[in-house]
Amino acid sequence: MRTPLSVRLFQSLPRTGWLALAIFAAIAWIAIPAAHLLLPEGHALYVSAYTVTLMGKILCYAVVAVAMDLIWGYAGILSLGHGVFFALGGYAFGMYLMRGIGTDGSYGVALPDFMVFLDWKELPWFWVGSDSFLWALIMVVAVPGLLAFVFGWFAFRSRIKGVYFSIITQALTYATMLLFFRNETGFGGNNGFTDFKRILGYDITSPQMRLVLFGLSAALLIAVLILGRYLVTSKFGRVLAAIRDAESRVRFIGYQPTQYKLAIWTLSAVLCALAGALYVPQVGIINPSEMSPANSIEIAVWVAVGGRGTLIGGVIGAFIVNLAKSFFTVSFPDYWLFFLGFLFIGVTLFLPDGVVGLWRKLRGRRPAATETATPTPAATPQGAKA
Amino acid sequence: MSTTMHDGIASSGRAGDSHVLRPGELDLSHKVILYLEDISVSFDGFKALNNLSLTIDAGELRAIIGPNGAGKTTMMDVITGKTRPDSGKAFFGQTLDLTRMNEPEIAHAGIGRKFQKPTIFENHSVFENLELAMKTDKRVWKSLFAQLSGEERDRVSDTLKRIRLQTEADRPAGLLSHGQKQWLEIGMLLMQEPRLLLLDEPVAGMTDEETERTAELFVSLAGQHSLVVVEHDMSFVEALGGQVTVLHEGSVLAEGSLAKVQADPRVIEVYLGR
Repeated sequence: MRTPLSVRLFQSLPRTGWLALAIFAAIAWIAIPAAHLLLPEGHALYVSAYTVTLMGKILCYAVVAVAMDLIWGYAGILSLGHGVFFALGGYAFGMYLMRGIGTDGSYGVALPDFMVFLDWKELPWFWVGSDSFLWALIMVVAVPGLLAFVFGWFAFRSRIKGVYFSIITQALTYATMLLFFRNETGFGGNNGFTDFKRILGYDITSPQMRLVLFGLSAALLIAVLILGRYLVTSKFGRVLAAIRDAESRVRFIGYQPTQYKLAIWTLSAVLCALAGALYVPQVGIINPSEMSPANSIEIAVWVAVGGRGTLIGGVIGAFIVNLAKSFFTVSFPDYWLFFLGFLFIGVTLFLPDGVVGLWRKLRGRRPAATETATPTPAATPQGAKA
Repeated sequence: MSTTMHDGIASSGRAGDSHVLRPGELDLSHKVILYLEDISVSFDGFKALNNLSLTIDAGELRAIIGPNGAGKTTMMDVITGKTRPDSGKAFFGQTLDLTRMNEPEIAHAGIGRKFQKPTIFENHSVFENLELAMKTDKRVWKSLFAQLSGEERDRVSDTLKRIRLQTEADRPAGLLSHGQKQWLEIGMLLMQEPRLLLLDEPVAGMTDEETERTAELFVSLAGQHSLVVVEHDMSFVEALGGQVTVLHEGSVLAEGSLAKVQADPRVIEVYLGR
């Protein structure tokens, strides 16, 4: 008697989880659009364009944090180069946005401005097809996915683990950043892409487009949370947690850890890329600094602050750190990095399980050791009887 | 049409039933399940195994004893694919060359191993530990959509009963006592349904009663399975009742019943001489 996948997907979240997602969806898809479009500026509940964009941006970061938690919290793989997949997703969609400018650029020709500036006469081969929206979506998934797959295949096959793996992921994002800094690479050098005009013919700066992008970011986050929850409560997730805790034992009972790691690693990279593709039209720019090692380390900080191995912790961490960042960079720009450093040290020393861990402690609930390998009701003998 | 095809297969089966070779499957046609010949392994010049030769028959229960550093654990590492021998042959049945397989492949072929220090998944529940070990298709795609069938659930319950951990099924395995962890690991081994079980000091840290029950369990497994047990506890070895192999400095020093090897002057020399 097999339970259909849709039912299992539904069962993977507790009732409170679905309730929280529903409230979140109502806020993101109804309350905020209404407050932004219908209320007059200056009204107490008016949501400004700045706020919508900031929130949309943080939602994209939250997706990245959940993707990071899937590999770090559940599979024990700490990537300090996840920014590269986020940025590549952004670049892949940015190419489409650049082509969307058409002849509205400063030189008034069909070629993107930076190519005219470099005195290129025609599009390089890898820009072919980039004017198609569908092609752009395929590239958003395919390019970062392929890079992650190839990189992961070599790294996991050679059994590179722990801090060594983290270091080479730093090298990966740094090397890619240097490559993208070069004008000859064909992605706008250190200026990257900007001055976007439209998506599918619609004005990118209109309030409606802003809300659509914001709503899509919220939808992506919801989808990633449900998918992530399904994965970590499935047998696949239990094998991942087993690899994290005792990899050699997993091998001796007949699983190939390489394949499991490769699967979750590649999936995580693709989720980052999707977030990057939604991020770029909202902030209006993508350049190689997105790939700087510091950015990738910040992703790990979000997850550490929120709480590893909880999925929702990544979302909380991304919001706390980025709201603090917005506040500091406006009010005390010189102190932001100090604050970030103290936050990271403080969390590591005093809150090893992050904000979610603190919350559980305050509620007096000892985090069940199985929480990270959460058994669904159906995975226990009691569930069988029910 | 279909009947004739069926007949054809049946008759060809009859014609070749003296010895059918199936690639990748365990072949026990010569009654030998494990065959080690002239295995040598050295670490930085230290010879952990020195021309070790050993055969285990199908269904046999063999105890391996020897002083520390005799090469017992290294031998298990070679059999399970963790360590590659510098020279020598290692076969599982007649056809499976263990020196060319990796750990998961060897596990799939039917060799299960229990480590000296109990290695279980401490954050998973006892039930989940057994579920993960259960013999099934262990590829990623299958795990993504895996669901326990009623029959599989029964198999886990049976094993839980056998290792006397029914009441602990939902507890995190890390909270078990040392002896219970040893039993859980043995249970995981049983879930794999291996043909050959390698057990490295399975009763270390167990109470006398637990040790006794473990011996009973192993004796009941012999016949259906083959077992290789490394142990220091002589009363446990005696309770197992099978053949005993004494390892010393990486090769076989003596072989035979416990009484016979205990009377062997070379064995006495090794154990008591210095």
